[in-house]
Amino acid sequence: MWKFVLQRSVSAVFVLFGVSVLTFLLVFFTPGDPAETILRQQMGGQTPSAEAIEQFRANQGLNDPIPVQYVDWVLSILQGDLGQSYHSDSSVTQLIVDNLWPTFELALAGMAVALLIAVPTGVISAVHKGGRLDYGSQLAALLGLSMPNFWLGYLLMLIFAINLSVLPTSGYGTIDQLVLPAITLGTGMAAIITRLLRSSMLEVLDEEYIRTARSKGLRERIVVYKHTLRNALIPVITIIGLQFGYLLNGAVIIEIVFQRPGLGRLLIDSIFARDYPIVQGLVLVIAVLFVVTNFLVDVAYRYVDPRISFEGAPK
Amino acid sequence: MTEPLLSVENLHTHFETYDGTVHAVNGVSFEIGPGEIVGIVGESGSGKSVTALSTMRLEDPGRIVEGSIRFRGTELTTATDRDIRQLRGGGLSMVFQDPMTTLNPVFTVSEQIVESLKVHDNPEAQTLREYLRIPFFHDRTDWRKKRERVVELMEEVGIPNPAERLDAYPHEFSGGMRQRAMLAIALASEPDLLIADEPTTALDVTIQAQILKIIARLREERGMSVVMITHDLGVVADICDRVIVMYGGEIMEHGPVEQIIRNPQHPYTQALLECMPQGTQRKEKLETIDGQVPAQLGGITGCPFASRCDYTHDICWSGDMPTVDCGENHQAKCCELQRVNDGENATHSSNTGGTL
Amino acid sequence: MTDADDTTVASTSKSTKRTRLRSLYHSRKARQFRANSLNIVGLVIVLAIIASALFAPFLTPYDPTEQNLENRLESPSLEHPMGTDQLGRDILTRLVYGAQISLRIGVIVVAISLGIGTVVGVTAGYAGGYVDEALMRFVDILLAFPGLLLALVIAGILGPSLTNIMIALAVVGWTRYARVIRGSVLSVKEQEYIKASQLMGVSRVRIILRHILPNVIGPVVVLATIDMAGVILGTAGLSFLGLGAQPPTPEWGTMISEGRNYLQDAWWVVNFPGMAIMLAVLGFNLLGDGLRDVLDPRDTDAVQNKGL
Repeated sequence: MWKFVLQRSVSAVFVLFGVSVLTFLLVFFTPGDPAETILRQQMGGQTPSAEAIEQFRANQGLNDPIPVQYVDWVLSILQGDLGQSYHSDSSVTQLIVDNLWPTFELALAGMAVALLIAVPTGVISAVHKGGRLDYGSQLAALLGLSMPNFWLGYLLMLIFAINLSVLPTSGYGTIDQLVLPAITLGTGMAAIITRLLRSSMLEVLDEEYIRTARSKGLRERIVVYKHTLRNALIPVITIIGLQFGYLLNGAVIIEIVFQRPGLGRLLIDSIFARDYPIVQGLVLVIAVLFVVTNFLVDVAYRYVDPRISFEGAPK
Repeated sequence: MTEPLLSVENLHTHFETYDGTVHAVNGVSFEIGPGEIVGIVGESGSGKSVTALSTMRLEDPGRIVEGSIRFRGTELTTATDRDIRQLRGGGLSMVFQDPMTTLNPVFTVSEQIVESLKVHDNPEAQTLREYLRIPFFHDRTDWRKKRERVVELMEEVGIPNPAERLDAYPHEFSGGMRQRAMLAIALASEPDLLIADEPTTALDVTIQAQILKIIARLREERGMSVVMITHDLGVVADICDRVIVMYGGEIMEHGPVEQIIRNPQHPYTQALLECMPQGTQRKEKLETIDGQVPAQLGGITGCPFASRCDYTHDICWSGDMPTVDCGENHQAKCCELQRVNDGENATHSSNTGGTL
Repeated sequence: MTDADDTTVASTSKSTKRTRLRSLYHSRKARQFRANSLNIVGLVIVLAIIASALFAPFLTPYDPTEQNLENRLESPSLEHPMGTDQLGRDILTRLVYGAQISLRIGVIVVAISLGIGTVVGVTAGYAGGYVDEALMRFVDILLAFPGLLLALVIAGILGPSLTNIMIALAVVGWTRYARVIRGSVLSVKEQEYIKASQLMGVSRVRIILRHILPNVIGPVVVLATIDMAGVILGTAGLSFLGLGAQPPTPEWGTMISEGRNYLQDAWWVVNFPGMAIMLAVLGFNLLGDGLRDVLDPRDTDAVQNKGL
């Protein structure tokens, strides 16, 4: 087990290194001179003199060779310092921490919605393979997969907030304001999980141990929900972990649609405000979260499936 | 023979595939009496496993299209799911071929035996909360008691240190141990008839003998009947009372073991016996039967063995083969038995008959 | 074999060409494709979108950007089957012209992704060793960013425009092609006939072109079809966020973004573009699924009925 964790850690650290290099280089592609931008901000919009810029560059180490700048940057990040926003007084770290919870809450609720829809649908679809229920749920899953979530958001808003007036259109803070965004986010993911669970269930239903279970005289319900589902969920769990990226993609758009605060909204606002330190910090944090989640899923996978020996690779 | 425990009559099981209908079992009839141990022998694809699965009503994705299966007076081909569950939970058990794939990998071995005990106790009260063992919502004392029964069962099938292995997963067991666990699952429902589908094929030779011994002993102790499906005539000779030889989905020969081994009537049985390595002198070439098992697409007219038989004659290629009595409880399905018995080896006619 | 075929095609008359088409229509794979009605639905949707993009000017009397403030936010009628938007433009017209934009971006992005992916995948798979290791680690690093977010940041830094969206989506998109192609190359490379060709002194480029690429076409066509759906969705999403097409371009995502303020009074402004996106994405997804069943040998077991 530890050997495996170590192996995965080494490769995760390598990927993180690559991610940090790419993110660091991002700033060099941005238009404008960061030194000038920051000084202008500090001087209340006045154009700084050439000497002042030169002075600032020397102080901030901006004239150092790029590898040196990179090392300085990484060292300050390791101390929790992601830099300073161009346009506000807050540090990037502070802004990200402030916006972390709303996004996390949305992702969690979206995942819950997705599982609530996907698990029963996937199971029913597989059990009734080729039947009307299967056909219907496969079609529904395809529609869910094809629906752009920003449109779905407005559609739900139109139906439930505007026409039926049962839920608020937008905003953040209360539970009822979370319902529509969570459904919007969960639908697409539910479609993915349904399709995956269906094929995984079908594969497991063909296994010989399912025949053994039936030969004992078990009810079909127990054969399906105990013997089949437990095995079919193993690959699905991996995908659910990998869907974290999908959740973040969706969260950006949904936070815009429903006017919620969060990392996605912060990212879009910063991009339009050309506040690159925030963009850079966010990209790094999101990629790190993504890599760490994948790593954790990989390790968790081994606990769920007792077959995989903790020494070697999966069968 | 007393009232049969199981009687199969004119069983036909078909599989629909993209290439057409496969007639896997084609008019098979036999009976199993109480306490009997009967072998079903044949090559891969002879329909012996499908016969067994049909008897358990596990023939899916195949379909029983004709015939009758009666077990303890219940007609299985038309029985409701509920009746079938009840029979599987207390009367009819099956052990499968490959213990590497027949145990569920994500549940402990004891859990899988406990399930069988639960079904046996009460086949109708199968609630999810009881079987998923949802904390606080299932009967824990009952579960503890059942685990004690599991230890006894594991001991009975020869799993050493059963108490310590209660929480082991199948992958922590060796092949032989898994097959013992499979036997324990089958025995948990105290069956009157145990169907063992090549229970030793996937195992090492030394383990094979142990498993067979256990099955023979259990049959003695419990007085149950056993259907032993195998392709190994040696196994049959060791433990069976009677033997059914199958080929191409049909029964070729059927009779007491002694007679079939000593005095085989059907050319296929004779060829099969000649192929046994035990009967071959050292350094002599092992016998084989030329040709292949016919693809049973769309059914076969005539004798399924005709294409590989040494005695093939024109009439072997068409019509139904007669089942001929040739001794007490001994039958063979062949239209040329007379010639076969005269020892006239008509190799030339096999050439004119043509191989596939 | 192909050479011979080509010459026969060139010299044959029209009727044999028709026979050819007919035999293609009756081939096992085509029959398998037609067996699932969803595949046909997908094909029809995709063909309809292509047709409306090609014949946009003939399909509607209006101009997609012509404003008519007197007729703003008119509900669907015979004159304007899908109503008009906040500037009085005919929504159906804008959707039909929008198909041009979505398809063009889809084809360009998929082509670029496919090009880069093929070069990287074939190089990595064929060269092996350090080259393979380095290229694949780079792919891993790119895949460590959630796709759309990376595209969003790249498009944001480059500045909002359709061209930049294409660049961003291609930068993000090529990695999957590289992985699939590398995998196929690796499996083909070990085949006996490739080794035989190597021993016979056939050049590397020729081996790749003649033996390896034809083997990866199946999975790649499937991936590209499904990717079309992804790119169309991505383009619409980025445009919705304001990073892609700018008004008055009749891009579907931009239309939703512009129409969202009129949700309460004019449901048609947002919902018809939404449906257009869904239909396009659905069409390519269905077509991709259907092609996978036919072209990707890995899934044949699932299609075939289980034997004994």
